Amino acid sequence: MSLSISLAINGQRRTVAIDDPRVTLLDLLRERLDLAGTKKGCDRGQCGACTVLLDGRRINSCLTLAASLDGAEVTTIEGLAEGETLHPVQAAFIAHDGFQCGYCTPGQIMSAVGLIAEGQAGEDPARIRELMSGNICRCGAYQGITEAVLEAQKAVAERKRRDAA
Amino acid sequence: MNRFDYIQPASVSEAIAAASAPGSVYLAAGTNLLDLMKGGVARPDRVVDITRLPGLDRVDWLANGSVRIGALVRNADLAYHQRFASTFPAVAEALLSGASPQLRNAATVGGNLLQRTRCAYFHDLASACNRRMPGTGCDARDGENRLHAVLGWSDHCIATHPSDFCVPLVAFDAVIEVEGPQGAREIAVDALHRLPGNAPEREMALLPGELIVAVRIPAEAAAFAPNARYLKLRERTSYAFAVVSAVAALELADGIIRQARIALGGVAAKPWRPTEAEASLAGMRPTAAGFAKAADLALAAAKPSGDNAFKIELARRLVVRALTFALEGTPAVMPALPASPFSTMPGSAITGADHVA
Repeated sequence: MSLSISLAINGQRRTVAIDDPRVTLLDLLRERLDLAGTKKGCDRGQCGACTVLLDGRRINSCLTLAASLDGAEVTTIEGLAEGETLHPVQAAFIAHDGFQCGYCTPGQIMSAVGLIAEGQAGEDPARIRELMSGNICRCGAYQGITEAVLEAQKAVAERKRRDAA
Repeated sequence: MNRFDYIQPASVSEAIAAASAPGSVYLAAGTNLLDLMKGGVARPDRVVDITRLPGLDRVDWLANGSVRIGALVRNADLAYHQRFASTFPAVAEALLSGASPQLRNAATVGGNLLQRTRCAYFHDLASACNRRMPGTGCDARDGENRLHAVLGWSDHCIATHPSDFCVPLVAFDAVIEVEGPQGAREIAVDALHRLPGNAPEREMALLPGELIVAVRIPAEAAAFAPNARYLKLRERTSYAFAVVSAVAALELADGIIRQARIALGGVAAKPWRPTEAEASLAGMRPTAAGFAKAADLALAAAKPSGDNAFKIELARRLVVRALTFALEGTPAVMPALPASPFSTMPGSAITGADHVA
């Protein structure tokens, strides 16, 4: 089988040949497109390390067949910063010690970006924790992650206000 | 994962034609199917990708007040759909208590109905499993079975159905619309999943090639909106399958229960609807004694299938609590932890919070 799909990856339109329908979005990113920032943890949708944005929504890239995604927009951890300027979520994870070993961090950060866009948490730490529950951190940096998401959410809202003005 | 032919049909009729070949499966988001394929539990020859089929991703309100949910509507979109969540709050609460935000963003309504059991022996190819490989036996019977079925199980299979969403669907008489090689038909969600009997491999009432195109919840279910809850006990606070779950819904008039709806999750190979328990509440005043009696009736036929006798008492208590919370009223705002067994209502006798500081 050979199939060609068009993807906008971090804002860049690319045509990608899929030579095997078994390729997941995660493996496509890591093994074929040299975007290794997205991590493979469990590869079964249980840990969240592979979280990316698909058409603006956070999903597990390990449980998504690449062949199914013609025309989609994908945002990975590599697509968040603007040059040397970190995305507010990235900056907040550093400021609040939202990680230790760092392996789950790209997934945590992409999940947080998705959570903020969904707009369901408000400023309630309990809601942040519940809505970050799809991302497991074996180092146990959850306290810092919750604080980082709360602060980043304020920063993103502030940036939106500035942009609108 | 085995090799397979990948087909992306452009219409429902093309999809049905493609999937009528033996060894075919439908692929929607793949959140369950790809997991099964990676483990070798599912080994399809042909994968029919239905994600591009037009018109299956809509939520429509019909003239008679019922709602028709397209099979490709994402779980998160349905749970956060404002009119849907206020009309069927227990269904929204069940959806939000399931899986993780990432999975809910992807997983579809049709796929949720068709998800397979999470029994570890079903997933472990080295284990005997009548559901996966008919006639091989059931290693769960003498294995780690504290989370297995306490109702409707047989010597051939003691697996449970993992869905949260399906539990209120059964309580509210939802039906699925199916299209297939022999045309269109409707199936009650209650009749979709089968008890194992002596053929646990026949998990669903669907025929080869049949495709779920929509789920309908009847207008009558909206009458329960002010007093409807879904509660779920898990082994960790969030992102876990139910040990036991329960939906309870009351239609109240002048202090009397006009009718009650109850269904249990995590206890059987299908969502379990104890109609005798429901009937015992109709026409009665809501009382603690009445709720306890209904819970006793709901679990009257239960028996342990292994080290899981505790689930029977747990389920009994959860039914009482779900009825108690339903009586307190549907919360105005979805709780921070949907389906938590602790009440968020001011003045409730049962309070509590996440056990995370």
